[in-house]
Amino acid sequence: MDWDWDFVRQILPTLIQGVKITILATLLGSVLAAIVGLGIALARRSPNKAVSRSVGWVAEFIRGTPLLVQLYFIFYVLPDIGILLPPLVAGVIGLGLHYGTYTAEVYRAGIDNVPRGQWEAAKACNLSARQTWSHIIIPQAIPPMIPALANYFIAMFKETPLLSAITVLELMNQAKSVANTYYRYLEPITLVGAFFLAISLISVVLLRWLERRYGKIER
Amino acid sequence: MTQWSGYFGLILQGALVTIELTLMGSVLALIMAFLAGMGRLSRFFVLRALATAYIEFFRGTSIFVQLFFAYFVLPLVGFELTPLQAGVLALGLNVGAYAAEVVRGAVQSIGREQHEACIALNLGRWQGMRHVILPQAFLVMLPTFGNNAIELLKATSVVSLISLADLTFQAQVVRAQTGNTMVPFTTILVIYFILALLISWGVRSLERRMARGLDGVRV
Repeated sequence: MDWDWDFVRQILPTLIQGVKITILATLLGSVLAAIVGLGIALARRSPNKAVSRSVGWVAEFIRGTPLLVQLYFIFYVLPDIGILLPPLVAGVIGLGLHYGTYTAEVYRAGIDNVPRGQWEAAKACNLSARQTWSHIIIPQAIPPMIPALANYFIAMFKETPLLSAITVLELMNQAKSVANTYYRYLEPITLVGAFFLAISLISVVLLRWLERRYGKIER
Repeated sequence: MTQWSGYFGLILQGALVTIELTLMGSVLALIMAFLAGMGRLSRFFVLRALATAYIEFFRGTSIFVQLFFAYFVLPLVGFELTPLQAGVLALGLNVGAYAAEVVRGAVQSIGREQHEACIALNLGRWQGMRHVILPQAFLVMLPTFGNNAIELLKATSVVSLISLADLTFQAQVVRAQTGNTMVPFTTILVIYFILALLISWGVRSLERRMARGLDGVRV
């Protein structure tokens, strides 16, 4: 089967529709993952053993099971108990929860990397816990985390094709439907692959820059 | 009351397929990881370029797209693959690309003095690698290989979308036949998690075994 540029031109608008949804899902998922991750990281540092242990186990469970099955769970099981979610919302929640457990580790490492002396100095300056976090710890912990966080957001971007399994009309699903309509798989699937490859090659460059800019920990 | 025992047998069959895929995929991934990881460290530009292209390509596109490419597009250019072959191929090549970077990093983490000692002992490049560098580097790789194997296990769920009867696929079958979503999906989530725990336990005990007698030798 030969590559057909006319066919490519014909299907491109449909694929671009899909690209928009893919990017939307990635952005929303990233925001959710950043928030969920922070929540998990803070809960795991909780002095209350019951909270930190149980959150730790739940995070471990989510990290040890496939995203696809979690998406099915959110999309098919939750309606049984009365929570009916549109596909895209279910997808974003799935992505956010799954990658939240990964970003939680990034936050944990970032917070642990703030030297002990900073905590002690904050205490010596008579700062409250809240002031310590917002003025001393977080501003120092965030910059070294940025490359690692970006890494996970890129990974999430590459996982978005899974959303097609719960009927989100993102790029992969559009490509599949186009392929099924015309019974030509070569162009749509190759274009999807090329698109993801292009974005991820660009993001490698971006990541290198982020690492140079923020990756160094100043001591 | 639904006859759950029959359905549970179905899910167990799926678990066997998942385990089979994970094992075969891991073997392929391990081979690819060493080939590409060593390729990136090669003296020869061609080998380095080939290895880099392989790694960037397979890390740059998602496993889902690669699987669809292997299953739907390769037949068009004359490679007819069964779903199982396509699954093992895509999983092994994808995870192999990630693991290749682990191999490279681990080999590079071995200190200069070890290389110098190899030269002092008049070992050839290959001999030094085989008897001195790799045995030490392998211990560094093991924990990350464990994580990679868990990633591979999680990625196997995607093969259900090319009609391979793995855990996720069987859960969908049970869902379609019984109309119950909670039981099948919860069951397979737990099974995936147990498999992930088994992998991390196996890798940890392997690590302990291989690290025996190395106390004080490694820094």
